Amino acid sequence: MRVPLSWLASYVPLPESLDELVATLDDLGLVVEGIEHVGVGLDGVVVVEVERIDAIKGADRIRLVTVRDGSSSVEVVCGAWNFEVGSLVPFAPVGAVLPDGMAISRRTMRGVVSNGMLCSGRELGVGDDHEGLLVLDARTATPGQPIADVLGIDRDVVLDLAIEGNRPDAWCVEGVARDLAARYGVAFRAVEPSPAQPSAERASASAAVEIVDPDLCGRFVATELRDVVVAASPPWLARRLELAGMRPINNVVDASNYVMLELGQPTHAYDLDRLARHAIRVRRAAAGEQLELLDGTTIELAIDSGAIGDTGEDLVICDGADVPIGLAGVMGGASSEIGPATTSVVLEAAWFEPIGIARSAKRHRLRTEASVRFERGCDYSNCDRASARFVELLEMSSPDLRVIGKPIDARGELPRPAELQVDAGAIEAVLGVRLGLDEVARLLSAIGFHVTDRDGALEVMAPPGRPDVRDAPFGVADVAEEVARLHGYAALPTRVPSWPAPGGLAPVVRVRRAVREALVGIGALEAWTAAIVPAADAILLGDEDERIRLTNPVAADAPFLRSSLLPGLLGAVRRNTERRQGDVALFEIGVVFTHPSVASTARVERGGAGGGELVKLPSEDERVALVLARPHDDAHSAVAAWRVLATALRLAHTRLDPVAGTTPLGLHPTRCAAIVDASTGAVIGHVGEVDPDIAARAIPGLDDGRRLGWLDLSMGVLADHDAIPRASEIASVPSRYPTSDVDLAFVLDESVHVEDLKAVLGGAAGELCESVECFDAYRGPGVPVGSRSLAMRVRLCAPDRTLSEEELASTRAKMIDAATRSLSATLR
Amino acid sequence: MAPGLGEAELTAYVEDALNRVTSASERAALGALRAELTGRRSVLTGWHRELGSLDPDLRRALGRLLNEADRAITQALDARDVELARESRRERLAADRLCLDELVDRAVDSPLARGHRHLVTRTRDELEDVFVAMGFEVVEGPEVETDWYNFEALNLPLGHPARGMHDTMYLEVGTSESVVLRTHTSPVQVRSMEAAVRDRSLPLHLVAPGRVYRRDTPDASHLVEFNQIEGLVVDKGITFADLAGTISAFTSAYFGEDISARLRPSYFPFTEPSAEFDITCTICRGARCRTCGQTGWMELGGCGVIDPAVFAAVGIDPSEWSGFAFGFGIDRCAFMRHQVADLRALVDNDVRFLRQF
Repeated sequence: MRVPLSWLASYVPLPESLDELVATLDDLGLVVEGIEHVGVGLDGVVVVEVERIDAIKGADRIRLVTVRDGSSSVEVVCGAWNFEVGSLVPFAPVGAVLPDGMAISRRTMRGVVSNGMLCSGRELGVGDDHEGLLVLDARTATPGQPIADVLGIDRDVVLDLAIEGNRPDAWCVEGVARDLAARYGVAFRAVEPSPAQPSAERASASAAVEIVDPDLCGRFVATELRDVVVAASPPWLARRLELAGMRPINNVVDASNYVMLELGQPTHAYDLDRLARHAIRVRRAAAGEQLELLDGTTIELAIDSGAIGDTGEDLVICDGADVPIGLAGVMGGASSEIGPATTSVVLEAAWFEPIGIARSAKRHRLRTEASVRFERGCDYSNCDRASARFVELLEMSSPDLRVIGKPIDARGELPRPAELQVDAGAIEAVLGVRLGLDEVARLLSAIGFHVTDRDGALEVMAPPGRPDVRDAPFGVADVAEEVARLHGYAALPTRVPSWPAPGGLAPVVRVRRAVREALVGIGALEAWTAAIVPAADAILLGDEDERIRLTNPVAADAPFLRSSLLPGLLGAVRRNTERRQGDVALFEIGVVFTHPSVASTARVERGGAGGGELVKLPSEDERVALVLARPHDDAHSAVAAWRVLATALRLAHTRLDPVAGTTPLGLHPTRCAAIVDASTGAVIGHVGEVDPDIAARAIPGLDDGRRLGWLDLSMGVLADHDAIPRASEIASVPSRYPTSDVDLAFVLDESVHVEDLKAVLGGAAGELCESVECFDAYRGPGVPVGSRSLAMRVRLCAPDRTLSEEELASTRAKMIDAATRSLSATLR
Repeated sequence: MAPGLGEAELTAYVEDALNRVTSASERAALGALRAELTGRRSVLTGWHRELGSLDPDLRRALGRLLNEADRAITQALDARDVELARESRRERLAADRLCLDELVDRAVDSPLARGHRHLVTRTRDELEDVFVAMGFEVVEGPEVETDWYNFEALNLPLGHPARGMHDTMYLEVGTSESVVLRTHTSPVQVRSMEAAVRDRSLPLHLVAPGRVYRRDTPDASHLVEFNQIEGLVVDKGITFADLAGTISAFTSAYFGEDISARLRPSYFPFTEPSAEFDITCTICRGARCRTCGQTGWMELGGCGVIDPAVFAAVGIDPSEWSGFAFGFGIDRCAFMRHQVADLRALVDNDVRFLRQF
């Protein structure tokens, strides 16, 4: 909200220092978001008369203009054409600095010297017109006169204030003044318009008002005016509107806008003669009714959007023929718009039910100055004052208007202002400080609360303009907030609380940190990619039918939630490849989403209106994904990376198994494996390479033949110590006796897992076994098709002795025997 | 020389062409066949030209057959092409087969280099550590929420105008606008309080970091997806003074002793009284500069004493318990500490950026 200081100062004395005022407003929660100095930069700019206009040789867009300020003449080069000899225009001499900061200097153009500049309205900061010079009216301007005098522009400061949603009372100049007066402890001069003098005579067809739906319209005050002359507003009023950011239209509309900015009460003026039967009805719109609005658009009313909590209701103002003439509290209709021919006006000053207005404004995408005020809750007791003020303002430019009768005051259901009892202890329980009740009473009274001291407690009644204040018990917090705000947050005490419970990380956070440390340790960089992804990502994986779609994405071409971290990471590799730095290992830890209709078990949570239903939600699966895109990367390095991770997390029994069922999307079908916990069967994730076709499509600049290693793990499973048992915490002290290696090569069927062979060899060696490792695999001549040769190294050691040759030989024989019997292995 | 155009010739030709298409065994051969069968010099094209010289009735009849023949041959070519592509992929993949269980680590040639955490992660870890040291527990919550957790239980009923400030993105799941991408980490407050009531495990002292979503046009200081950290304390005798003390203790612990915090009145439906908290500008250290808009302060986040209506929604007795909550942007902290000129660099994943931290 833009507030000119000159306007604010008419209700409350302001401090000398602007800095202090700004700091005070911030501290009151009326945040100053911008400070604009107006009327500066017009020093030295004067009215001049055009004496002669000469062409400049070789120039067809600029001319040499001789102007006279009453005493002397100067020559100026000018590119505008909207004036003639004798016109009065603004002139900025050399040395002037215009409002936009432009410094005027002597310049030479096409060999001609220009001694200043003739100005457009925009250059002077008075309007947007930049088509030509601001040509002045000879009746109001004389050569030599300072332009600021002619335009009536005084120096002023306009503050841009952010008013919070719970402060409808502060959404007007008077409301800001009220807060300041309370803080400074000075008198506040409320706007008190003299009551309109109703004309004795009643018109034959006077206005009538009927509230059909009293639950949505709590009050409707209608003031009937005759003999109105629609004209321009007085310059001071138009100027204030402009400073406050509103365009002056005519005296009727301007007076209505002025009252809203001043008192916070939106009003609407109808051309009474254009209302059938001079009557007004306020009712719910019927579904499908049409209404042409002031802005020229036609809307269809009362169409349910289907959104949760939307009743689909609209409240309309209708005329006597029950035809809608306005969307209540949002925007008036075109049919009863005030025009130059209007002479009879009926002014609406009403109170509408806030949530209904909010729903209508949202559904019709019409956020207006009126709707934002009504939806936060206006002060219904303000309607009379706003009406009288409107009449008072309009009379200044239409002195012969007549007010017909007393305003009609139709009533519906109005909320009751909160009433509650507050004692010093209740305030202390919220704020942590004991304030005197008289101080509390003083602060609250200053902003319009009705306060009575009753036996050491205060009976507090909120003003009707504070719908945010609730009854007891919740209202105590609201009252405490007002007291704290006016007292000053900075003046309240602080205390660092303490409690006996220690802090700590959730288990998943600890595991995530360990995973990240391990991946960083092998040289990977952590990336962060978007969860809302382009359609191209889904097409890349071919799962667009199963994706979760956003209703209102920021970008129409990015409508999906991600189902995998792969496309995002490939995108990151692509961008780095394009920047000639594609040799990277990137990892990301992030959530992927599965639509409830395809999830194996849908997530069900409390939801719906009032939290009264169980709602099926997308499942969220936090993944750890690593893409290895360095020159020698492939499934080998991916497996090695996994082994580092498994070691870092002390995983006891994991193994790489062939992928059961379909290959996960994006994975190389013949160079991948599932990572499984052998003891529980839990699948931790997958490892291998990115499908080469997908890699080539995702990264156009990818080197021919470059393989991308890929690791994709479930963080949920990794963090689950029951699904994935950790290695024993019991330390084993290594033997001090020498170790001996036994190397054995077996030919086995391809279906025999290396881990199974290790287990058999380890089992056969018994407690002498220190480690079993596969150090080579071979297929080719000498090994039948469908089999492979695995070279194994078993390291043997005893805790209490050096192993003898006999022991080694017998252990070797046991291992060969076991492998032959249980795995049909053949020693090579 | 092609035979003259006639129904029988056409049928025979199409049959032969389809046979040849089906028996093509390589994509290169299929490409040549496509040129021969549908190209400018194909028999069919020749027949099309011949049509013009026929009488109208015959032209119509044969023209239709000719078009059908075109279509059949093209479809067969396309179908065979897809089949051959699939076959060639199958062959390539089969030739590429690797058994991952037998891989030996020694064979991996990997450069010696340490990687880097993301700047946001690093910032988040540091924030978590400060709060853990202050006695807070770090917990998390989901990113997709129901309207209840994101709004209604936080005293933002349906139709509440303050919802407009949230720039919410909705998902096409269930009733319209009933499932949202969480707009703040505050739903974790509700979930934690519900769970604590259920398990009778009050008091609560926790922080909840995580990703949140706002429908905002991304620019140098705004991201659609960003990270927040939420704080919640529910205990006996907690007041606004505890909130102010906690914010101030955190600020100097994280940003440094010369950075202080101040609270200004603000509005959040879930806290009352509510405050915005500013910290000394980390660029000019309070001396007033362009970054802080010549104020010496930078806005960091919001906080307040928990509104009794929120307690009511989750079933906590406000006469026994009270509490406070706060929240602020993790990315914004990174921005303030490291003066990241453009937040979009955080999601661009350029390795030259990632390697700095």
